[in-house]
Amino acid sequence: MKNNNSGWIRIPMPLRYLINLVLIVAVWFPFTSLMHAGVITNYWTGILIMVGINIILAVSLNVATGYLGQLPLGHAGFMAVGAYTAGIFMKATPAAALIKAGDTAALTPYIIIAIVLSAIVAGIFGLIIGIPALRLRGDYLAIITLGFGEIIRVILTNIDSLLGFDFTYGAAGLKRIPKYSSFTLVFICMVLTCTIIHMMMKSRHGRAILSIRENEIASESSGIQTTYYKTLAFVVSAMFAGVAGCLYAGYLGSLYPSTFKFMKSIEILVMVVLGGMGSMLGSVVSASVLTFLPELLRSVDDLRMVVYSLALVIMMIFRPKGLLGSYDFSMSRVLEKFINWFVGLFRKDRPGKKQKKVSEKAGKGGGKV
Amino acid sequence: MSLFFSQLFNGLQTGSVFALVALGYSMVYGIILLLNFAHGDIIMVGAYTAFYAMTTFHLHPIFSVVLAILVSTALGVMIEKVAYTPLRQAPRLSLLITAIGISFLLENGAQLLFGADTKSMDPIITGSVTFSGITISYAAMMTIVVSIVVMLLLTLLVQKTRLGKAMRAVSEDMGAAQLMGISLNKTISFTFAVGSALAGIGSILYLCAYPQASPTMGSMLGLKAFVAAVLGGIGSIPGAMIGGFAIGLLEALVSAVGLSVWKDGVVFAILIVVLLVRPTGILGRKVMEKV
Repeated sequence: MKNNNSGWIRIPMPLRYLINLVLIVAVWFPFTSLMHAGVITNYWTGILIMVGINIILAVSLNVATGYLGQLPLGHAGFMAVGAYTAGIFMKATPAAALIKAGDTAALTPYIIIAIVLSAIVAGIFGLIIGIPALRLRGDYLAIITLGFGEIIRVILTNIDSLLGFDFTYGAAGLKRIPKYSSFTLVFICMVLTCTIIHMMMKSRHGRAILSIRENEIASESSGIQTTYYKTLAFVVSAMFAGVAGCLYAGYLGSLYPSTFKFMKSIEILVMVVLGGMGSMLGSVVSASVLTFLPELLRSVDDLRMVVYSLALVIMMIFRPKGLLGSYDFSMSRVLEKFINWFVGLFRKDRPGKKQKKVSEKAGKGGGKV
Repeated sequence: MSLFFSQLFNGLQTGSVFALVALGYSMVYGIILLLNFAHGDIIMVGAYTAFYAMTTFHLHPIFSVVLAILVSTALGVMIEKVAYTPLRQAPRLSLLITAIGISFLLENGAQLLFGADTKSMDPIITGSVTFSGITISYAAMMTIVVSIVVMLLLTLLVQKTRLGKAMRAVSEDMGAAQLMGISLNKTISFTFAVGSALAGIGSILYLCAYPQASPTMGSMLGLKAFVAAVLGGIGSIPGAMIGGFAIGLLEALVSAVGLSVWKDGVVFAILIVVLLVRPTGILGRKVMEKV
């Protein structure tokens, strides 16, 4: 516990990491133990896996939409690239036999390679698409990414006829991919995604990306290499979409190009927009809710997309910043507040009270730059 | 050779539908800088209106056509009033997301109301005529003629009437136009009305070419028309026409050489190349960004 001049007690850095770690385990543990106990059925485990995948998708799209302030409409394309990379790779490995034998130790390296590989391939696609696309802005960027997303899908559907051998299996679908995505794997990937993106955004690079969102011309004149940072954000966004695709392939076991239509990109965008562009917590919450809700509302499934689109329009008209705006949650900050409130009760001079506002602002910094 | 000419006319037929739809995109973009994603779905609504008017209510085709155009126009203006007007001061991104939302609302609403299946009907115009080995359907001829007439009328409207002048003024400089006493709301609504009416006509012509309606028919048609608008130079009326015909001919050409599965891919590839080489399109003006 550190006590700075204002008397506002701050939690030191290593302890903050520990708090977060405890929090993560506290979320993971009940789910896994309930799954082992059989309280959470396979059906709901599958939904939890989809929640994790959608969180990765939403958080990664948020990098380009919320933090960079652009509107890419081809996120499903990157997901497709990752999914097909992982699917084709895993089919070539003896992973299926290993899963049957239950040999997790031998399977792990293959999974890690698949994840890294799909991230890299999706990242390369992100780079190829990002460099030309980011020369444009606003609507044009949205359209060009939409075009690329559709082209990726057309290529996945038709490439076999060009190659002359079965590669993606076209519209018939890439089937019999070993099902390697477990809840724990998806959870780890999700936590890693959130951590890496969070750390990136808190770093100097992240600040540069945020400054581009606020005012591109101003940030360029402050010496920020806008092209570099825009591409960086775009590639990071694509890479994690690839990871999500990899997990998706390993969860479903079969892939069809029609899954990755324009519609899918919009679904991910809805998650980001409803949660609040630029808020990681917002993406996480809305991705979870929007994955769970349809399962609970199975009986009115037809209405689902109508409600989605209505929600999107109403949200834009009445609360354009999304549910949470750019608010982000920090357990350490909540604890800090609590500690200071508690300490303040026993102090006569109440130091925290008066200067609280100033130091709090300095501590926050976070979403609002 | 005769196959080539048949394909050419097919291309011109789809091209004129694209051109009409592209005009709607272009006009709306020109005036409020919004990519109206819902535009394609207005076509879908128009097509369903005509379909039900003709099959369920057995109205005369002429009445059905008028009804479809009226419904599309009303829908376009309503969307503008309900969804876009409250956001006129909002960031462009919010407006774009709203447009996407409206587009999905229309598509899924139609799916709920009319069912997800494709509804087929008898062709509105049948028969064809053969000139020295080249067969041209009456539908293709009518489509091309109607679209050219509509485009001429539109050019007259924009260039010669007071409302057209107001439209051009608003797209040039919204603030200055307002100072000159032009009613923004009226002009923008009028633009939406004209654009949506064109979409309504487009939907009829589409029904002539492919006599069927489905909830998602508007999305691909809309996207391609949008590509046409960008290709010709968004915001420019003659540009939209050129772009529309170019995309239609290109599609026919790609199909003619036996690569029809790559059709969509080629269209989007063209879009990307155009955006990279000449982002303002063939006839677009270059706009400098001010600090």
